[in-house]
Amino acid sequence: MLLIHCPYCDEQRAEIEFAYAGEAHIARPPDPSALSDEDWSRYLFIRSNPRGRHHERWRHIHGCGRFFNAVRDTVTDTFEATYKAGEPRR
Amino acid sequence: MSGFRLDRGGRVDRTRPIGFSFDGATYRGFAGDTLASALLANGVMLFGRSFKYHRPRGLLGAGSEEPNALISVSRGPGRHTPNQRATAIEIYEGLTATSQNRWPSLKTDLGAINDRLGMFLPAGFYNKTFMWPRSFWDKLYEPLIRRAAGLGEAPSEEDPDHYGATYAHCDLLIVGAGPAGIDAALEASGTAKRVILIDEQDEPGGGALDDPALWSWLSESLKDLAAAPNVTMLSRTTAFGYYHDNFIGAVERLTDHSAEIGSGPREKLWRIRAAEVILAQGAIERPLVFAGNDVPGVMLASAARTYLHRYAVAVGRSVAVMAAQDSGWRDAFAHARAGVNIAAIVEVRETVTPALLDEAQALGIAVQLGHSVIEVHGRHAVKDVTTARNDGTAVNRLTCDALLMAGGWTPSVHLWSHSKGTLAWDEALGAYVPDRANENVRCVGACSGTWNFGSGMVIDRLPTPRNQAKIKAFVDFQNDVTAKDIDLAVREGFKSIEHIKRYTTTGMATDQGKTSNLNGLQIASKALGRHATEVGLTTFRPPYTPQTFGALAGHAQGALFQPIRKTPIDGWAEENGAVFELVAQWRRARYFPQAGEDMHAAVNRECRAVRSAVGIFDASTLGKIEVVGPDAAEFLNRMYTNPWKALEPGRCRYGLLLREDGFITDDGVSARLARDRFHLTTTTGGAARVLNMMEDYLQTEWPELDVWLTSTTEQWAVIALQGPLARQVLEPLVEGIDLSPEAFPHMAIREGTICGVPTRLFRVSFTGELGFEINVPAAYGRALWERLMDVGAAFGITPYGTEAMHVLRAEKGFVIVGQDTDGTVTPDDAGLDWAVGKKKSDFVGKRSLSRPDIVAEGRKQLVGLLTDDPAVVLEEGAQIVADPDQPIPMTMIGHVTSAYWSEALGRSIALALVAGGRQRMGEVLYVPMPGTVISTKVSGTVFYDPEGARLNG
Amino acid sequence: MTRFSAFSLFAKALGGHQSWPEQWPDASPKPGYDAIIVGAGGHGLGAAYYLAKKYGITNVAVIEKGWLGGGNTGRNTTIIRSNYLYDESAHLYDHALKLWDGLSQELNYNTMYSKRGVMMLAHNVHDVQSFKRHIHANRLNGVDNEWLTAEQAKEYCPPLSISPDARHPVLGAALQRRGGTARHDSVAWGYARAAAALGVDIIQNCAATGIRRGANGAVEGVETERGFIASKRVGVSAAGHSSVIMQMAGLDFPLESYPLQALVSEPVKPVFPCVVMSNTVHAYMSQSDKGELVIGAGTDQYVSYSQRGALHIVEHTLAAICEIFPIFRRMRMLRSWGGIVDVTPDRSPILGKTPVPGLYVNCGWGTGGFKATPGAADLLAYTMAKDEPHPINAPYNLDRFRTGRLIDEAAAAAVAH
Repeated sequence: MLLIHCPYCDEQRAEIEFAYAGEAHIARPPDPSALSDEDWSRYLFIRSNPRGRHHERWRHIHGCGRFFNAVRDTVTDTFEATYKAGEPRR
Repeated sequence: MSGFRLDRGGRVDRTRPIGFSFDGATYRGFAGDTLASALLANGVMLFGRSFKYHRPRGLLGAGSEEPNALISVSRGPGRHTPNQRATAIEIYEGLTATSQNRWPSLKTDLGAINDRLGMFLPAGFYNKTFMWPRSFWDKLYEPLIRRAAGLGEAPSEEDPDHYGATYAHCDLLIVGAGPAGIDAALEASGTAKRVILIDEQDEPGGGALDDPALWSWLSESLKDLAAAPNVTMLSRTTAFGYYHDNFIGAVERLTDHSAEIGSGPREKLWRIRAAEVILAQGAIERPLVFAGNDVPGVMLASAARTYLHRYAVAVGRSVAVMAAQDSGWRDAFAHARAGVNIAAIVEVRETVTPALLDEAQALGIAVQLGHSVIEVHGRHAVKDVTTARNDGTAVNRLTCDALLMAGGWTPSVHLWSHSKGTLAWDEALGAYVPDRANENVRCVGACSGTWNFGSGMVIDRLPTPRNQAKIKAFVDFQNDVTAKDIDLAVREGFKSIEHIKRYTTTGMATDQGKTSNLNGLQIASKALGRHATEVGLTTFRPPYTPQTFGALAGHAQGALFQPIRKTPIDGWAEENGAVFELVAQWRRARYFPQAGEDMHAAVNRECRAVRSAVGIFDASTLGKIEVVGPDAAEFLNRMYTNPWKALEPGRCRYGLLLREDGFITDDGVSARLARDRFHLTTTTGGAARVLNMMEDYLQTEWPELDVWLTSTTEQWAVIALQGPLARQVLEPLVEGIDLSPEAFPHMAIREGTICGVPTRLFRVSFTGELGFEINVPAAYGRALWERLMDVGAAFGITPYGTEAMHVLRAEKGFVIVGQDTDGTVTPDDAGLDWAVGKKKSDFVGKRSLSRPDIVAEGRKQLVGLLTDDPAVVLEEGAQIVADPDQPIPMTMIGHVTSAYWSEALGRSIALALVAGGRQRMGEVLYVPMPGTVISTKVSGTVFYDPEGARLNG
Repeated sequence: MTRFSAFSLFAKALGGHQSWPEQWPDASPKPGYDAIIVGAGGHGLGAAYYLAKKYGITNVAVIEKGWLGGGNTGRNTTIIRSNYLYDESAHLYDHALKLWDGLSQELNYNTMYSKRGVMMLAHNVHDVQSFKRHIHANRLNGVDNEWLTAEQAKEYCPPLSISPDARHPVLGAALQRRGGTARHDSVAWGYARAAAALGVDIIQNCAATGIRRGANGAVEGVETERGFIASKRVGVSAAGHSSVIMQMAGLDFPLESYPLQALVSEPVKPVFPCVVMSNTVHAYMSQSDKGELVIGAGTDQYVSYSQRGALHIVEHTLAAICEIFPIFRRMRMLRSWGGIVDVTPDRSPILGKTPVPGLYVNCGWGTGGFKATPGAADLLAYTMAKDEPHPINAPYNLDRFRTGRLIDEAAAAAVAH
């Protein structure tokens, strides 16, 4: 069970308090109707799924309830950083 | 008989004799004995039969590494536990143990025929045969293989015991209370650290228990630790797995060692998060590989020393030692000093340090340097052994009744490896040792590989003049893997250690290769002509030793497996005979049968009541979200398909929620209480999902919106009052709300009080009748329900359950998300296009609705179905075809999503998703059922009161 | 190839088993091949076998970064069934099921396919509706799947608890009698041996490091740790690592890789006659021929390549098993492990051509790839040989994510009201 730092609570807490929420920094297009089917399907479905540094979102669902971003190595599962939603990509 | 109890010494309590039985015979041991030591003291050498060849087996070890002596323990109904190690079973008065994998008895086992046929059963034999004739596999071969496999018998009754679980946090976790672990704990005891010290045995001490010279140090140290307030000591606790971020799973055994089971849990799961971990798990001795190394009485030298010192049991009256290591010599000396005759030390090395030779001479022990045991005589016990010089000459017999093996030491790096710490090869040890840590952990003592193990020789198997291909020299004792099996695997092209392991099953037995992995690696390395590190290392997988399912399940058993959610009115329903159904995490009253009624009759009666008088329904499970803030309407407008900004306070609207891929995920009627406040409802199962989805968009996509979301599902009890007389029941109880149709039309909300309790009163209908949904604070739910029942009695008020609710809504063609839709259905598919705001430029999922396949012709659309025979109710899930005479596989064009007997219409009705359904009005379609075909006609989805007159009444 | 039979076993035994040949040679890469398969699991080895056997393309290499069969092939719970809802799925998995039958004889390698039946438990009204929908659809598709009452389910699997007081009582079950299990390692080894006998090179310890494309964009070969290997046809069958390989060719794929854990108990005498699955309590179980109870868990929640899962997943899985089978509460977990499963947005595989000419893919099997092994292998081989998909795998194209023509079995079983 991972140990995750919530940047809002500023606490290291157990993974069971958190819900994984997929890859981070995939903003919803401001005007989806302007997108081609191809581009819209990229937004919906294409994920980087890297071996290594992964930007991802978590929600402290059994805590403050906030969504935040994290950088985690998907090979070691080690967190490099967690930071608040809206902050620039690390 | 060979083993016996010494007159003095040991840590057993000779003042507390204990009676127990093994395979029906009764024996006596002492408190502090394991089943292994107690039986050995009684001269029992035969403990079990091996997995494949059913060879007689005795003890190899003295601890959790034991591969051979697997025992079943039964202590009353449901308390049968197979495959326990005799070396880890503490005896108690009345312990009833039996051997396994033998028939009819341990001494005479017919399965031993496999041993004679062994030449035809090499590794992987089953891949090569049992293929002809093909039809014999299912009926004959596989059942035979299955029956031959397995060890003990599984339990056959429900376990009456219960199990506990807890979390623990500490600054320092020490695994292993041997000398190294205790030293680490003593050092930390003087600090402010919270320390947990875990040990798998009944008594802490580890290797110190085998060395009387350390006993006074041990008792002083344990006293100090007991006095240290910051140190928690857990005995009989196995740290079995090392997970991410210093999270360690451990199981504490609480009752298995005790004659009294008591009422407490049998075992307890500890989930420990440690800032720092010290592993002090020691090392395990390796057997030597030679013909007959599995005869009962051949065991690890270190195990014999444990029996000698800790239990005061000699493993034989005349003991020979087969050594490749100095430690074997020291174990021989210990036996000699304790008065046990040492027949000889047979040493495979040509030379050893003079000090060992001197000591042997002083103790009068014969020594054969440069020799190996080449054969062990005796089937159920060692009778004597044959030794030879390493060049095959000087063959002679050596009389002895036990043979000790000292093949070297394997540091226990299991948990280290679970933690993904790397390993390095130690050439001198012939073993992997911890290298780089991946977590905040370090190894101390023998498991670190830095212990003073003495010198020795790493050898894959002992030299023998006999044909290695013809002898059974065991590597994995439990799984009966021999050196020649590994040779065969290599010969057949299995070159990675993982392949060799899987092909031969070496290391895959219940001891997970604790004594066999390294010997297997050496043999493979030799056969391949590659260095061990090029052959690889098998992965260590949790658990370290097998752990009870029940303990891992912990408290999550029975009602606690998953808490069941109940509404405030659930108790009333139960008292009034409701039959319940499970919906998501809730249980809901499905119907309320009266005497003699089946479900059909009850539901018909409930439906009649709603259509003709008034019904009352517990809708409290509906998900509820309070949406508050200046941008609340804007937010909902972006989330839902329909427009929200123009909705006036006091009015309700049906909301349809899509996923971004365009498919329906939820729906519900929501009300605007004020410009900046909405009361949303969701489906029962969707509440958490919807809230999470809304929070996601609000927090991460549109953080500029000033909106707050609060789950209020449990805050409100919701009572639906439905039927033409609903208003009459309600009117006398409500204050501050004008219930007249003009003042309070359909799809409106009013706030006021009912029976003096604040209420949010919805005028909505999921039945097609005049209807209200009364929201009151949950604590008043049941009281209000009972009051409504009292007042409504005069009007024939009838409680109805989810089944009648389903019928009533289906008569009106109202969909249930998740039943009439299935995650692949768009608003248009479901006939809900009217709920999609055509002028809205965007909402969640809108873009997906114009994808090519979504706008394509022929999508499945929700329609009604009316069977030609009105008495026939279709089966939900039944498939629909246009041509019933086509051969299989048929072209299916849809399926029935809902189907009921409609009491109001006096016939069956159904909803179905049918390809191009809305273009098929009036068309005859077919539902092929086993043995019959039901013909049915496509209709609209609204079967009852299509104008909605009743609902607006 | 030395034929395996009771006779050859007997004959070799008399010679102390000294003369068994290698089951497959440990090949080194040649400069080029007519086709390369990336990934030597059951799917990849099988594809090579069918390329050689059915389509006459024998100059084939299968390259593998580790040891063959060491990925999900050797880590799954070996369940085989085909009772899927949608036509596309039923056709795909039943194609595989038909190939499972007789595979041992075809490969001359006992894969121990055991038709002991797969039973899926219904615990609530919604499950019943959903399973009946499957059963009806399967019947009309010619796929066996039948409804059992709770009592019939218990008769079929005596350890099952059908207590009405259970937290999730059993209301009935869907049984596919042709479903069952097979021995996972033997499948990989059997295909490897049979493919090698037809001339296929199986090259282990040879990780792909790049996909080389020519000026026209088409595939020219695979860069590996052991040098460049040329081929105009490359099939990727790399399970959890598929998206990493596809990125080497410049393709982004709708895949995410999650840890999936499984575990076994200590072996016991035969006690569990079939496979039982429960989606509602979330666990599945069978008993291996060796006697171990083989138990599947759910995925961990986050993307990972660590092959390391969390304890709470195992806790939950065993709690679920103890709920359905309370007599096993005293059984003990012997071993647990993790694999990496590649999951698509609709949880159905992607099997066919890619936008890169000459590059083919077979991925996205999520938690259910083992059962499809022979079918997926055959269809990948067909697609590579003909440069066009077989009608069975045509729907499993990449374009469905653009058009919205998803094949979403999981959504179809969606939780409701």
